[in-house]
Amino acid sequence: MQRRLKLGVLFSRVRVEEKWIFGAMEKRGIDYDRLDDRAIHFDLNDPKPWQGYDAVLERSISYNSGLYALRLLNAFGVPTVNTASVAEICGDKLMTSAALARDGVPQPHNATAFTPEAALEAIEAFGYPVVLKPVVGSWGRLLAKINDRDAAEAVLEHKATLGSAQHSVFYVQEFIEKPGRDIRVVVIGERVLTAMYRKSEHWITNTARGGEGELCPLTPEIEELSLRAAKSVGGGVLAIDLVEHPERGLIVNEINHTMEFHTMQPLSGIDIAGEIVEFVVSASKSKMQNAE
Amino acid sequence: MSTVTCPECEAQIELEADTEVGEIIVCSDCGVDLEVTALDPATIQLAPMEQEDWGE
Repeated sequence: MQRRLKLGVLFSRVRVEEKWIFGAMEKRGIDYDRLDDRAIHFDLNDPKPWQGYDAVLERSISYNSGLYALRLLNAFGVPTVNTASVAEICGDKLMTSAALARDGVPQPHNATAFTPEAALEAIEAFGYPVVLKPVVGSWGRLLAKINDRDAAEAVLEHKATLGSAQHSVFYVQEFIEKPGRDIRVVVIGERVLTAMYRKSEHWITNTARGGEGELCPLTPEIEELSLRAAKSVGGGVLAIDLVEHPERGLIVNEINHTMEFHTMQPLSGIDIAGEIVEFVVSASKSKMQNAE
Repeated sequence: MSTVTCPECEAQIELEADTEVGEIIVCSDCGVDLEVTALDPATIQLAPMEQEDWGE
């Protein structure tokens, strides 16, 4: 007799996206557990409780919790969406840049240095303005637009002195004069679902920072670039952020592996939560066994 | 419908019928983020502060 599918959803907060995902699970009659990443623990000698899941969807708000949970689940042989490897690459801007560079996917000009002195040299070589970004971080936090050498020296010293060790990996990026917007594209598996413009007067266009969403028509160029970017980081459920470069055209700015879609779902009319759940089912163990 | 008391300003907050455990609500009086920790009976507490590795 075939065993009933059992899924897990790892989360930290029940945001509207999680509500929609839970709703999509329930609508499909899927047996699933809500796994609060603040309450769970993993006994490395006893992976059995976790191996009962056919797949786990990771929706943690904490990058560290989500990433380590994925690593453990994958080590226990539990399929996850996304995989630990994808989270590792997408959660770290430098890892993302390295993957995109390896595959020749167009992206902003980036440089990395490990001391303030070397970072200053890299910044001077770029010319001003430049952007300094933490390699791990989201929602537009701690991005710094550096307009001159004085600002560069100050920010670099502050980062080296006040930041965690990770802030001493200096990620320098060209400042792009974008047309007051960027483009967020949702890719699930091999499919481009929808795209929206994120508009803002501020140079940081994240909707988490007050940027507004507007539907962006999918073009063959957007689709092709987004799929290339998704493939480059390992694929799964991804939000690809594209920027319109004034000289180079569309380029990939970053890729999110636990995307928020509270603006996109109502805007596009697409049941993104439902699509995510379907993808998790297709990635689950029993599905794979049936296919064998 | 359940009513809870904001631990920060003591405002009375009515929870929506579809409220879930783990959901974040905002106190309409003082604006603080509150996490729903139980539904029967309803309890809330101050939501954790944003951490450096939080995001999408």
